[in-house]
Amino acid sequence: MNMLTKGRPTKQEENLIMPDQTGTQTDTGNRALMVDEPLIFERGSADRSGIDLPEAPAVENRLGGLDRSTDIGLPGLSEAETVRHYTRLSRQNYAIDVGLFPLGSCTMKHNPRLNEKMARLKGFADIHPLQPMESVQGALQTIYELADWLKKLTGMPAVAMSPKAGAHGELCGILAIRSALEARGDAREVILVPESAHGTNPATAAFAGYKVEDIPANDAGRVDLEALKARLGPDVAGVMITNPNTCGLFEPDMKAISDAVHEAGGLVYCDGANFNAIVGRVRPGDLGVDAMHINLHKTFSTPHGGGGPGSGPVVFSEALAPYAPLPFVEINEEGHYFLVEEETAEDHHESSFGRMVAFHGQMGMFTRALTYMLSHGADGLKQVSEDAVLNANYILRQLEDILDAPFAHSGPCMHEALFSDKGFSNELSTLDLAKGMIDEGYHPMTMYFPLVVHGAMLVEPTETESKAAIDEFIGAFRSVAKRAKAGDEALKTAPHHAPRRRLDETLAARKPILVWKEPEEFAEAAE
Amino acid sequence: MRYLPQTPEDRQAMLAAIGAGSVDELFIDVPAEVQLDGPIRDLPMHAGEMAVEAHMKALAKRNHAAGDMPFFLGAGAYRHHVPASVDHIIQRGEFLTAYTPYQPEIAQGTLQTLFEFQTQVARLFGVDVANASMYDGSTACWEAIVMARRITKRGKAVLSSGLHPHYVSVCNTMARFTKDHLVYEAPAFDAIGDSEALLDQIDDETSCVVVQYPDILGRISDMSALAEKAHAHKALLIAVVTEPVALGAIKSPGEMDADIVVGEGQSLGVGLQFGGPYVGLFGCKQKYVRQMPGRLCGETVDAEGKRGFVLTLSTREQHIRREKATSNICTNSGLCALAFTAHMTLLGEKGLRELAMLNHKKAVQVADRLNVINGVTLLNDSFFNEFTLILDQDARPIVRRLADQRILAGVSLGRLYPEEEKLAHGLLVAVTETSTDDEVEQLATALESELS
Repeated sequence: MNMLTKGRPTKQEENLIMPDQTGTQTDTGNRALMVDEPLIFERGSADRSGIDLPEAPAVENRLGGLDRSTDIGLPGLSEAETVRHYTRLSRQNYAIDVGLFPLGSCTMKHNPRLNEKMARLKGFADIHPLQPMESVQGALQTIYELADWLKKLTGMPAVAMSPKAGAHGELCGILAIRSALEARGDAREVILVPESAHGTNPATAAFAGYKVEDIPANDAGRVDLEALKARLGPDVAGVMITNPNTCGLFEPDMKAISDAVHEAGGLVYCDGANFNAIVGRVRPGDLGVDAMHINLHKTFSTPHGGGGPGSGPVVFSEALAPYAPLPFVEINEEGHYFLVEEETAEDHHESSFGRMVAFHGQMGMFTRALTYMLSHGADGLKQVSEDAVLNANYILRQLEDILDAPFAHSGPCMHEALFSDKGFSNELSTLDLAKGMIDEGYHPMTMYFPLVVHGAMLVEPTETESKAAIDEFIGAFRSVAKRAKAGDEALKTAPHHAPRRRLDETLAARKPILVWKEPEEFAEAAE
Repeated sequence: MRYLPQTPEDRQAMLAAIGAGSVDELFIDVPAEVQLDGPIRDLPMHAGEMAVEAHMKALAKRNHAAGDMPFFLGAGAYRHHVPASVDHIIQRGEFLTAYTPYQPEIAQGTLQTLFEFQTQVARLFGVDVANASMYDGSTACWEAIVMARRITKRGKAVLSSGLHPHYVSVCNTMARFTKDHLVYEAPAFDAIGDSEALLDQIDDETSCVVVQYPDILGRISDMSALAEKAHAHKALLIAVVTEPVALGAIKSPGEMDADIVVGEGQSLGVGLQFGGPYVGLFGCKQKYVRQMPGRLCGETVDAEGKRGFVLTLSTREQHIRREKATSNICTNSGLCALAFTAHMTLLGEKGLRELAMLNHKKAVQVADRLNVINGVTLLNDSFFNEFTLILDQDARPIVRRLADQRILAGVSLGRLYPEEEKLAHGLLVAVTETSTDDEVEQLATALESELS
């Protein structure tokens, strides 16, 4: 197993392996609890399995002569080996359960375990999406109840539940805008997006067939209202604005922006990624928003799972509600819940722009989010946003003497604090500081986003961190920031104590190795 | 509140450090007229675990769980036994509560499992590469069509009548806005698929032909001729697999020269979950890798020369390319991909093949048992674990009445194709390793009494 930990591309160079920080080398290359784990393709074999199955009945195949006769190439492991494989790998991950996760714009809050338990009730986990509706009344009621919470929390009259994640929700909102405009015979071509927006905003607008233009920002990090007004016109379908924005600031002119866009015949999409800052305290519907997605995996605590699944329901204004996608849940006079889908859409929802996904959305996330909302209640959710904002401002004010905070002069931030790399030694960058934070036991903050700030560092502690945990984090951050300013060379090669040192991303992109190959096969492919 | 650690004293101390008199001062940028003066009305106040659990359990109880009764539904979501260790693995907090692996030095766990997942999916599909997952099969299907448009610079996609109607709906929704031209018609009751008709549709304007395998009616057709004709016209063959377990028994789409293979990975590791979250599978030939949507994990080395993994080729993606990205996808379905790969690791080649044959042979038995019922005709000559029965009457009311008797008989084609009167008698029946002989008898007996 030893050779496997050294990396195929360079394994012939034994002496490339440098001693670790203590100057001592272990025989295996492992470091106590930090144990390298080979790939399943190196550990398993085709004839081993971790599952016992009964014999198949003795009948003839009816596979149309298309039997798979060649090896697939799938190694198997026993259950014992499987559990150990993934447990060892899990220990090479940072996670909220391990520590504070200050990733700005991602809202990495604690994921309550009651949510997990509820999602696994067989009445939720073991039901098929196409069961007769009478046999899934509780599931439909769950969706209905969650929709009701979302509508009341946002002050919006309608919600589409099926979008699979935030970016999919954005797409849902933009398609509704386009449908509404087309319905009034008003084809428009341009969506305006601030430079500071998350990359999904322009990508979504383009995916839906729109041209994208930037909205300029003012010195205070907000949308430049006058410049926006000047650009509005008969070709502008709408705007996509994140509020609070990606600099962690509330857009105080939001209502005026909405009014101006509406006056020019356009519609307002709000990216709700930062809803955690205002949940329970401000309703986007009161700001003139026409559509907004809500990341249940941010604001409502469903786990991020190492990159999903997410869930991105979209709330709509009266203007867009008729165009919402299928399916959705309604209740009839007898108190029966039913899905409005293709079969029933004509009677109930003839303007819908159609279906975005097979089935009905991320039910497993709905049960978790509803559990979370019921736990917090209206009072608790208000406290969520207040604590999230309090924690971020505390970090902003405890660090602004040592790090440049470009918008701190203009007043408080919302749920995340933004810093730049101004004042760093010329040799060192935001990336180096981030990697230094890894050695201190933290996941780094969001780096180089938003794009409007040089070497941006966006810190979002969320409300589920205690003052003590935040004080420790601030202490570590101050120390690494000081080193970055002083030009500490050791930061350039950080992290020194993580399961891996800096990884060569250029090599990965130049010669992509995206699947494992047998060593011989690999050697041939390289030739 | 149990999830909020700050005490009133902490809050006061922090406000003092900030220099604010109250938390309201931190919301000064929010115009006063849109700030609520108290908790939102008409919503309940906070509640303890016991009360919340009682509420959720009452909701769950109002559903007929598949495991509590005879169950034969499929149509793109299949009920397989998920080993206990799979759920244990995905509940490890280090996987469950991790973010997308943007900091690879402290995300090797997620990254290595994604690399293993990509390799398993590529091998199962018989293609060179696969990505780190999409939302689900239906969205992956549309993304494949968009990718084919990018590669061929053509906008006409030919969809097989055997493609899942929800997938068709998703594509239709999107195509209306992107001005892609989709050629599609609903399936007919025909023992073999529509390959012949599709061949005629492929021309020099065609970007791709999209074929589900096995198709929505359970039929299995060789796609080689379609691939050949498509390639002769410089078009692509996209194969769609909604039941990946089938590929333990039947030839992979890659072996028939499919260019892009997408699928729904739900049936391994994920469970039914009323339709989501599921996991989209996406693979293709090596030469198209830079046109793929979604995240890709790649192998590299660290500064000490040790093997490690990173997200790579991100210049295709929205956070770098913005409006020029190959897709707007960001969050995908990482944890479901982990469930898929862990289940696949437990199975291995031997287990997957055994599981596939168990599913298939049980399905053969059940098909023959039901086919002898008066008023029932089996449509399929070939199938994997799902087949179509043609009843002598509309299948929808029968499915509903059987559900009232606590038998979940299958998916009526009327539910899937409400506008196709000619399909109303169709009933899709799926059989997996979880179906017992006793349950099959209950279904047969109930169908006999309904149809007599």
